[in-house]
Amino acid sequence: LSQLILRSQYSRYHILFQEILPSHFCVGEENWVDSRTIYIGHKEPPPGTEAFIQQRFPDNRIVSSKYTFWNFIPKNMFEQFRRVANFYFLIIFLVQLIIDTPTSPITSGLPLFFVITVTAIKQGYEDWLRHKADNAVNKCPVHVVQHGKVVRKQSRKLRVGDVVLVKEDESFPCDLILLSSSRDDGTCYVTTASLDGESSHKTYYAVQDTKAYNEEKEVDSIHATIECEQPQPDLYKFVGRISIYMDNEPVARPLGSENLLLRGATLKNTEYIFAVAIYTGMETKMALNYQSKSQKRSAVEKSMNAYLVVYLCILISKAVINTVLKYAWQADPNRDEPWYNERTEVERQRHLIRAFTDFLAFMVLFNYIIPVSMYVTVEMQKFLGSYFIMWDDEMFDEELGERAVVNTSDLNEELGQVEYVFTDKTGTLTENNMEFIECCVDGHVYVPHAICNGQVMPGAAGMDMIDTSPGPKAREHEELFFRALCLCHTVQVKEEETVDGIKHGIHQGKSTSFYISSSPDEVALVEGMKRLGFTYLRLKDSQMEILNREDEIERFELLEVLTFDSVRRRMSVIVRANTGELYLFCKGADSSIFPRVVSGKVDQIRARVEHNAVEGLRTLCVAYRPLSPEQYQEVCHLLSSAKLALQDRDKRLAEAYDLIEKDLILLGATAVEDRLQEKAADTIESLHKAGMKVWVLTGDKMETAAATCYASKLFRRNTQILELTTKRTEEQSLHDVLFDLSRTVLRQHGGMTRDTFSGLSGDCTDYGLIIDGATLSAVMRPGQEDSNSGNYKEIFLEICRNCSAVLCCRMAPLQKAQIVKLIKASKEHPITLAIGDGANDVSMILEAHVGIGIMGKEGRQAVRNSDYAIPKFKHLKKMLLVHGHYYYIRISELVQYFFYKNVCFIFPQFLYQFFCGFSQQPLYDTAYLTLYNISFTSLPILLYSLIEQHINMDILKKDPSLYRDIAKNSLLRWPSFIYWTVLGVYDAIVMFFGAYFLFDNTTFTSNGQMFGNWTFGTLVFTVLVFTVTFKLALDTHYWTWINHFVIWGSLIFFVVFSLLWGGIIWPFLNYQRMYYVFMQMLSSGPAWLSIILLITASLLPDVVKKVIWRALWPTTTERIQVGSHMYEIKELARQY
Amino acid sequence: MMASSYNAKDEDGHITMSGPGGGTLRSKKPENTAFKQQRLPAWQPILTAGTVLPAFFIIGLIFIPIGIGLYVTSNNIKEFEIDYTGVDMSSPCFNCSQNFSWNSTKPCTCTIPFYLDQPYESNVFMYYGLSNFYQNHRRYVKSRDDSQLNGDMESLTKPSKECEPYASHENKPIAPCGAIANSMFNDTLELFYNDPNGTKIQIPLTTTGIAWWTDKHVKFRNPGGNNPNLTAVFQGTTKPVNWRKPVYELDADPENNGFINEDFIVWMRTAALPTFRKLYRIIQKKNNMVPTLPRGNYTLEVVYNYPVRSFEGRKRMILSTISWMGGKNPFLGIAYITVGSVCFFLGVVLLIIHHKYGNRNNSADISN
Repeated sequence: LSQLILRSQYSRYHILFQEILPSHFCVGEENWVDSRTIYIGHKEPPPGTEAFIQQRFPDNRIVSSKYTFWNFIPKNMFEQFRRVANFYFLIIFLVQLIIDTPTSPITSGLPLFFVITVTAIKQGYEDWLRHKADNAVNKCPVHVVQHGKVVRKQSRKLRVGDVVLVKEDESFPCDLILLSSSRDDGTCYVTTASLDGESSHKTYYAVQDTKAYNEEKEVDSIHATIECEQPQPDLYKFVGRISIYMDNEPVARPLGSENLLLRGATLKNTEYIFAVAIYTGMETKMALNYQSKSQKRSAVEKSMNAYLVVYLCILISKAVINTVLKYAWQADPNRDEPWYNERTEVERQRHLIRAFTDFLAFMVLFNYIIPVSMYVTVEMQKFLGSYFIMWDDEMFDEELGERAVVNTSDLNEELGQVEYVFTDKTGTLTENNMEFIECCVDGHVYVPHAICNGQVMPGAAGMDMIDTSPGPKAREHEELFFRALCLCHTVQVKEEETVDGIKHGIHQGKSTSFYISSSPDEVALVEGMKRLGFTYLRLKDSQMEILNREDEIERFELLEVLTFDSVRRRMSVIVRANTGELYLFCKGADSSIFPRVVSGKVDQIRARVEHNAVEGLRTLCVAYRPLSPEQYQEVCHLLSSAKLALQDRDKRLAEAYDLIEKDLILLGATAVEDRLQEKAADTIESLHKAGMKVWVLTGDKMETAAATCYASKLFRRNTQILELTTKRTEEQSLHDVLFDLSRTVLRQHGGMTRDTFSGLSGDCTDYGLIIDGATLSAVMRPGQEDSNSGNYKEIFLEICRNCSAVLCCRMAPLQKAQIVKLIKASKEHPITLAIGDGANDVSMILEAHVGIGIMGKEGRQAVRNSDYAIPKFKHLKKMLLVHGHYYYIRISELVQYFFYKNVCFIFPQFLYQFFCGFSQQPLYDTAYLTLYNISFTSLPILLYSLIEQHINMDILKKDPSLYRDIAKNSLLRWPSFIYWTVLGVYDAIVMFFGAYFLFDNTTFTSNGQMFGNWTFGTLVFTVLVFTVTFKLALDTHYWTWINHFVIWGSLIFFVVFSLLWGGIIWPFLNYQRMYYVFMQMLSSGPAWLSIILLITASLLPDVVKKVIWRALWPTTTERIQVGSHMYEIKELARQY
Repeated sequence: MMASSYNAKDEDGHITMSGPGGGTLRSKKPENTAFKQQRLPAWQPILTAGTVLPAFFIIGLIFIPIGIGLYVTSNNIKEFEIDYTGVDMSSPCFNCSQNFSWNSTKPCTCTIPFYLDQPYESNVFMYYGLSNFYQNHRRYVKSRDDSQLNGDMESLTKPSKECEPYASHENKPIAPCGAIANSMFNDTLELFYNDPNGTKIQIPLTTTGIAWWTDKHVKFRNPGGNNPNLTAVFQGTTKPVNWRKPVYELDADPENNGFINEDFIVWMRTAALPTFRKLYRIIQKKNNMVPTLPRGNYTLEVVYNYPVRSFEGRKRMILSTISWMGGKNPFLGIAYITVGSVCFFLGVVLLIIHHKYGNRNNSADISN
């Protein structure tokens, strides 16, 4: 502690030192290149004091558009071809253009051109819209004070240092420092709804020394410079300093985020303000926040890329094999160039590059094995599929009027892969709808009666005292306690406007106003106080007004607010009563108050607090400290010097607060209930059954959090709780505790097999772990002196792995992200999901594989940063168990099927090379090559991947254990990938050799005429299209009319297309190879018979495999499928 | 349509504007339609041993008879094949094949006797077969000009460059151009029946009806419309290098001359595999009383023009009768029988599995 004081002492002097010295002295010393200096109204500072180099700032033009008219085509092309898939197809296309390849460049050029053009048009259009929006913003008029007059300017011409006039309901054109407002106290109200979604009005403060200048002429006379940090994207952080030259005597004042008006926010309830521009254009915090999250990739995408690499290898090896064989085969010149098939002179001369071009030609011939359409289909599936989440009626919340929001559709399938769920407690598991339950003053418990659905009985002074009536001293204490709660907060009073104003009179001054605060606890407390007789009226001119039990108005002057932060976990106010006495009131978490208390009935209150915490109530302790005027002076000094610092201001402020909030006298404690969200317990139970590990990460205290965990069934009665808390580590060393726990867990684990784990709430005990922030950071701390500590993480992970539920309490926001990161990086690389509602959850939402925001009460930050947002925690169940499961099933089939159908497609081409002298002769016609993936086989799989439901939604919800069937990316693992590939190869062999033996040196028409190579290819292709489509039909478990339409429709389309394609001499083609080929083929009986035979033979193994596997080794899913089928049949039987 | 979502990823900063999240302006209550709630009425079939069993038996029961039928039909087809390449010293065509030269003006003729041990009823189809001849080589397949063959005058004088190096000869365009046409099969095959009483009767061979009707009437057209004077039409072009006579002298019959000569059309349909046969002539059945080709001795007379020994090829002459399923091909029948039997066998296996394990599963379901 002494060290701490020393350090803060030092920093105090340091600050003072800085104040005395002209600031530019510090440039070299403190590395101040990160700050900027702004001359208000572009007025040079008085000579002699400053020697700054005028910095150049950008103008206030907002550029959200990406392209200009000139660079659109090159830049857009560049960006599109940076994607691997596009680039690959571009290369293939170029190869086709340059060298003589078996297929025409059209086959790959057309789809590529189509994809590129459509994307370019879409992006161009979007950019044009952005240009338009930019122009509208950049040209909108703003009012600027110039030479004492208000001048209208276009917004884009605004420069740093301009003094701007903003009127009510206008939004700020750039980031501004508030100089003065129409209100006498220099405050203004702002809503930042468009920035972070918080619709509550926030109060901003003008610089104290300039707040009087609220006429344009006066404002123009301000002579000051502002130094502040360079722009950074954090919306809630700002440090700066204003130096005002009055009579050439510079006065320095601190600037904080409470002085900074952000671009995008709107002025409310204030007639006008004057403010100076400090960050303009692309440097405003709003613009800096444009570049948001990094891209998250799903596990499916990763396996898809792995498969692609495999197929690329297959492709290359196929091409290499064929090239080598070609040259081996061609060694005989009579094979290479028989008399009937000679090369041209030009071709003969290309000896050297021939082998290479042959290789490229084989690549081109087989390139379809990596399908361009797969990317397009996957993107489309994700994009369109995400609409089902938004459309879901069950995820609509009537109360909030909100439905689920999808911010990124890239992760749909990841929702079906979640192994760890990290959830916030307050506002996520609980309603964040606080209700004041009781307070305890010196051990006497007060419970306000009359709780009628939030309606407060006006002026109800009644209360139940559980204990005997206290003595006069206690009574004094009691009133002090109530006053403390009425004063120590940051609640705003929102008054009903206009029409309601008349009503006020009728209600004899009893306001119908309501309270607004960023913290619902505070509102609950103030409302609780109202019920106990002390009504907080308003804050006016730094005077807080309280209506006490005798209906008298008491006024306190608010001197300082030591705001709440999650590290200190307390807040304080310093007020001066009418009588002139000075008080510091402090409220905060028990752990942060008790150590600072010097007197008061600590034991009784502590007992009560603990009792309440076990009940699951949120407790706060209230303490005070009377201040003498001298003490107050010292406090003021500490605070102002800390606030003036440009560097490390937060740290210095924290140190100052630490010095001020001490020697407190404990008054009492409060208890507020935060009810569990509807069906939270059910949801958690389902997640558990689905094999997910649920971790609760909360800043709350352990007892409260643990109670919530019990209530939400995270911990059950038979859960054995392991504690890894400061309390324990104080007794034993961390090392011993960790080893102890791991021994306990592993002993149990060794005894049971994996399978019994799937038993739902079987006889095996499951473990719950409770860890607190301090211990966690000890575990996470990288070992320096102690070589063992490196292992702590491992041991800790080992323990966690065996616990079904973990509660982390007392967590700082960053620690939440750390935990997520730790689990993500552990050796199984599990898929994590973080869910939360508040700004403190953003870090973990961004860190986890899937981030889900709850549309809670603490603003919209979590929602903005999340991948998906849902109105309530209970919706997580459907999101994961139903939507996630479906999306995973769908996309894995999509990926596997795509590779499968292209193996079937290309492998016969490969085989054909062995029979055509490795000459790269394509088996299929160009039209078939081009359209196979685009139209013949594309729609059925896309539709499948959008609406397949292998099991009914209700069953999925009812039986969460089905989720385990798809855990660990089970449908996209190598065995299943190999199965699909082998199946594809088998089908290809059946199709090719079936046709081969049919054609082998014989005829199969009844008129003796012969068929050629194009009929051969067409026969294979027909079998191929039918087989591949039927394979999908066999995999479809959910046949709606759309499926029937698309599956049979695309087969009919193939037949009709083939008839048409071969039916006419196409004038624009220079070959007529397909003329009547399809019809002639169909006119032959054996062709029909062999098509039927080959389709049957191709599909047979898959069907047999499916049926046998289902009979012998059924998965849970399959059992349920059969079960539900039987159930339905029985239901039907019962009906008739 | 496809690409509209393709690059949605690129606009990180604008994702909420363009992504699916953008549509939250109107009433947020989702529509309660069956489609949007994914509750469309649907048929939900499941492949289980029970449901698949009957299908397997049915397939087996259908396929095996079909297979037997096909096999029997195929076996009833009579086919006779004779190799006249002349590789062996003993072969009558040995000399012709040895002394082959492109420039010889005197045709080399060889005579091969053979014996048919059973009579050929109904129409008999005469094929020539080539082996090790890569008609499906890429360079070969594309070496043709379909618009020239379709009678286009412009292509007649300016053949497509795909025909190279067989597009022009001595600065004259080749008609028909390309490697396929150039290498057209030009052996002449004639059949004689050696009557037991010693006379040698030539068997009449029909030259028409061997090409696809659509090829003969639509795809292949002589240039110059209906101008009967083909010599004038082909003025200015030259014959393919390896041909002995120009295209307008292929046949005396004007309906079978030029590009619409059926031998030519047959040759132009490139074969799928390096060993192939092509229909050469049809021996029409004369009356019901006499078999088309009675049992006995025959002579095949070959005008040996076509060299195949340079690439180790073989030439064959095939006589075959035809059923509704074409020529002799036991494959289809065997395949049908095999697949049918496999299905049947699998049906039995599944039946056992179903009986042994099916009940176990169902009981498991009920307990679930």
